Amino acid sequence: MPMNEEFKPKIVAFCCNWCSYAGADLAGSSRLAYPADVKIIRVPCSCRVNPMFILRAFEKGADGVIICGCHPGDCHYSTGHYYARRRMAMLFSMLEYIGIENGRTRVEWVSAAEGVKFSTTMNEFVSKIQSLGKNVRLGDIRCKN
Amino acid sequence: MQRIGVFVCHCGSNIAATVDVKKVVEIVRNEPGVVHAEDYQYMCSEAGQALIAKAIAEKNLSGIVVCSCSPRMHEATFRKAAERAGLNPYMVEIANIREHCSWIHKNVEEATEKAVILARAAIAKVNLNAPLKAGESRVTKRALVIGGGIAGIQTALDIADAGYEVDIVEKTPSIGGRMSQLDKTFPTLDCSACILTPKMVEAAAHEKITIYTYSEVEKVSGFVGDFTVDIRKKARSVDMDKCTGCGVCQEKCPSKKTPSEFNRGLGNRSAIYTPFAQAIPNVPVIDREACIKFKTGKCGICSKVCQAGAIDYEQKDEIVTEKYGAIVVATGFDTIKLDKYDEYAYNQSKDVITSLELERVMNAAGPTKGHLERLSDGKHPKNIVFIQCVGSRCSDDRGKPYCSKICCMYTAKHAMLIRDKYPDVNVTVFYIDVRTPGKNFDEFYRRAVEDYGVNYIKGQVGKVAPQPDGSLLVQGVDLLDNKQILMEADMVVLATAIEPDPSVRKIATMLTASIDTNNFLTESHAKLRPVESPTAGVFLSGVCQGPKDIPETVAQAGAAAVKAIGLLAKDKLLTNPCTAKPDELLCNGCSACANVCPYGAITYETKLINDHGIREERRVAQVNNALCQGCGACTVTCPSGAMDLQGFSNRQIIAEVDAICR
Amino acid sequence: MQELINRAKELLADGTVARVLGWREGDMSYNPEVAYFNSAEELDKFVYNGFCAANLSKYMIEASKLEGKTLVFLKPCDTYSFNQLLKEHRVDREKAYIIGVGCCGKLNVEAIKAMGIKGIQSIEIDDACETLTVKTIYGDKTVAYKDAMLERCHVCKGKEHMVYDELMGESRDTVDAERFAEVERIEAMSPAEKFAFFQAELSKCIRCNACRNVCPACSCRKCVFDSNKFDSAQKANVDSFEEKMFHIIRAFHVAGRCTDCGECSRVCPQGIPLHLFNRKFIKDINKFYGEFKAGEDAETKGPLTNFTFDDVEPCDAVERG
Repeated sequence: MPMNEEFKPKIVAFCCNWCSYAGADLAGSSRLAYPADVKIIRVPCSCRVNPMFILRAFEKGADGVIICGCHPGDCHYSTGHYYARRRMAMLFSMLEYIGIENGRTRVEWVSAAEGVKFSTTMNEFVSKIQSLGKNVRLGDIRCKN
Repeated sequence: MQRIGVFVCHCGSNIAATVDVKKVVEIVRNEPGVVHAEDYQYMCSEAGQALIAKAIAEKNLSGIVVCSCSPRMHEATFRKAAERAGLNPYMVEIANIREHCSWIHKNVEEATEKAVILARAAIAKVNLNAPLKAGESRVTKRALVIGGGIAGIQTALDIADAGYEVDIVEKTPSIGGRMSQLDKTFPTLDCSACILTPKMVEAAAHEKITIYTYSEVEKVSGFVGDFTVDIRKKARSVDMDKCTGCGVCQEKCPSKKTPSEFNRGLGNRSAIYTPFAQAIPNVPVIDREACIKFKTGKCGICSKVCQAGAIDYEQKDEIVTEKYGAIVVATGFDTIKLDKYDEYAYNQSKDVITSLELERVMNAAGPTKGHLERLSDGKHPKNIVFIQCVGSRCSDDRGKPYCSKICCMYTAKHAMLIRDKYPDVNVTVFYIDVRTPGKNFDEFYRRAVEDYGVNYIKGQVGKVAPQPDGSLLVQGVDLLDNKQILMEADMVVLATAIEPDPSVRKIATMLTASIDTNNFLTESHAKLRPVESPTAGVFLSGVCQGPKDIPETVAQAGAAAVKAIGLLAKDKLLTNPCTAKPDELLCNGCSACANVCPYGAITYETKLINDHGIREERRVAQVNNALCQGCGACTVTCPSGAMDLQGFSNRQIIAEVDAICR
Repeated sequence: MQELINRAKELLADGTVARVLGWREGDMSYNPEVAYFNSAEELDKFVYNGFCAANLSKYMIEASKLEGKTLVFLKPCDTYSFNQLLKEHRVDREKAYIIGVGCCGKLNVEAIKAMGIKGIQSIEIDDACETLTVKTIYGDKTVAYKDAMLERCHVCKGKEHMVYDELMGESRDTVDAERFAEVERIEAMSPAEKFAFFQAELSKCIRCNACRNVCPACSCRKCVFDSNKFDSAQKANVDSFEEKMFHIIRAFHVAGRCTDCGECSRVCPQGIPLHLFNRKFIKDINKFYGEFKAGEDAETKGPLTNFTFDDVEPCDAVERG
């Protein structure tokens, strides 16, 4: 590996099928670039995202996890994102509480029409993760000293 | 272990230009479970699908991964191809290496690496896929049309003619919509009322159509084939059954100072009113805010003069609950507010009007009885200036970014009609571009210029300044001659941008149909599914989906009707098999899942469970597959992981996570 | 104590209950054990004193499956757990005869040891619950009752029983600390300090599962960490997922359901303050979604199975949490 190879973060994006995945498709068909570090996993709704998936990603080496869903009020399943919002608020607050850098996790509401927002969000998120650097703590919360 | 085939699509050069597809094939060949991998120019083509079928047969594949465009595009195509080849359609997974990869990345090495990772995730998932079978749900053979303009009327007529019951819900007291406000229609110059009113009558008389005017959709639940809708019938204060439509009440009503919505505020109406003479139903409503009886308790003249005894001051809003198989949205448009366009002096001068207001001025039933006159002093105008693109094609937040599409044609129509009836009037049109695609449209515009001598100036108007003498000074620019223009006008007409009717936001939320940043309803596919909302069972008719003229609206209304009919004609619908499934051995019976289910799909049963030899009565969750829509809210609420989602199982998603992060 | 025994004997004798769930003498005076008593004779071993800290509500899950009613003694804080289990259909109210017992705070032998007292042979509690006499191999020591109480008793939820059939005995107000003070102290730390704190604590964990086994909210028939539902089963040490995330996920699973009974911290053999996870969630829930006491009743929807249209956004929650 070259000495000064730039940090390539691993980023998992959970996108709901109806809004955000379609928003990502629109970003693609509009050729709105964002770093290849972002890999999207399609889920039916943001409420399908189990905190265990997020912790699993971190434990397996992810540097950032972002969850995208329909805007409040626009959920295809009418209420899914409201549950996701509470769950993620709790989880993120807990991660912050145990000393995980604020910013490695994010929730963003992206509609099917918001290709631009999807791309901008991913660009921002990647640079945030780049500024935080490699995720050490979440992979290592229980390591023996 | 699955026997997986991976098929990497070039999509012409769409994928192959940025992703080294051969390399992807070589790498994924070694993934666990993969027994076959190949690439092809166009996987979605017949030849591509044949390759898949051949591999399924020859290699006895149990699952396939197609690395191609978005699953929203061709997942259904490849599932069908797999099914034809004897594979369960849910053993197919798509790795989206076009929209999520080749189209957004430029570096081939990077894009190829990402494509491999996306393929690995799909392979990891398909390794855990299980065959699924779609269930069935019933279809209520009745359609709801929201909005009673030309779009809604046409859709309702077409559905009703096919033999299905249709209800129209219209929020104003009459059906007819914007078209009923128009004077003449381009490019044939038919009288709008003459072609619309017969359709209104036909809809009202149709035995399969029920019209709810002065009514709004209040609540929508259910899903495709089985929606339940609450409709609020607002209190009309007039008994629909008793009223004979004689109109005496309107004549005698002493409160006549309310601006008429139908005439765009250019004239007044009484407190008890029908919006226009040909209203359907021809039953007035009492505007309770304007009515003296409701405000002071004294008056009651309408009640006294009504021979039929139809006036009912005690009438209350009524909620009607009805079931529908399909819903068509036809909520139409309004013109934008002009408060942010002070330079055109719309709020300072009565002689600056919008084009829709001009329609009322030109109309024989309008506030000036069809005489072209200045609204300030009633004088005959000598010079009229039309300004195009007011709020359309606008780059700042004062207006709309899109072209309103109808303005160029109606302005040519207005200019032509004025020049035809009043040859002494000079007509000038300031335009940015004249856009007249459409059958006989450009010919129509050229006639306005060539035969009727309408003066078209390419350029924008910077300011309209009302003068002390009542005239208007128009300051513009002629871009072709590159010169400033100062022009006196007696009237200025603004081609005001149109926007979706504001009611659409609430309706979209109720239907969980998505809307775009301009509040237009989003179609399922911009090209291939233009009249379907992404929400199954919801169809789009008219301007609620995007700017349209009357012929396009009617065409789309018919298309939406056909889609609705296609749905209503089915006795059963295949349901999404990706539903929640409880593991009875793990279920605690705690009810957490039922608490978050938006569809009431989860119930509990106490039954005898044999848990590895321990036989006991347990309360366990049961999922009704016809009701479950597969959101997965329950799966995360369940602490033991007893509730899982088929097609998006915990293990499948974790496998994807692991594949991406490894 | 004798009144409780007498009443239990009465209820057994008249057939109201088929058995009694309570505490009996342990091998040391300071560690009574949870026990079933099926006869009047067995009840002679029954004890109820300051060391009877165990929350018996979870045992009612199994007791609900038995023939006849079970007499269970619940302290005020235990009744929250019982209600929560009732809400989750895990216990059968009809199968329980609840005597709400008074509580003047429960004791923690670890707190006594932490005072530097070694070689404890037995501990005697005076009738007024003011002073403990600790008999050690080095002689007797005197300790104020209050100083030997469990953390949870210093921040006691209250003296009221939320559910019962009859009440016996008096309770005492034991609150002398701020419930969220420790959570706030951690919140005020820098990220590095927080991480160091939790890493140090969690690294002590030996995955004995005592916290999970004692927790009334952690009552799944089969824990997700013991099943293959998430590829998280930890039979062999092939996957460190569970090792690292167990406590965060456990806290998340009981969020909105945890009654803050403090049993997890009480039973942890490594002395990890596990309640600090749960209490953080409780604090956040109260702040973001309004005051909520799990188990106050058996009907109200829990905060994580509920929502409002204008809940806090997750990123703002981190800022404000």
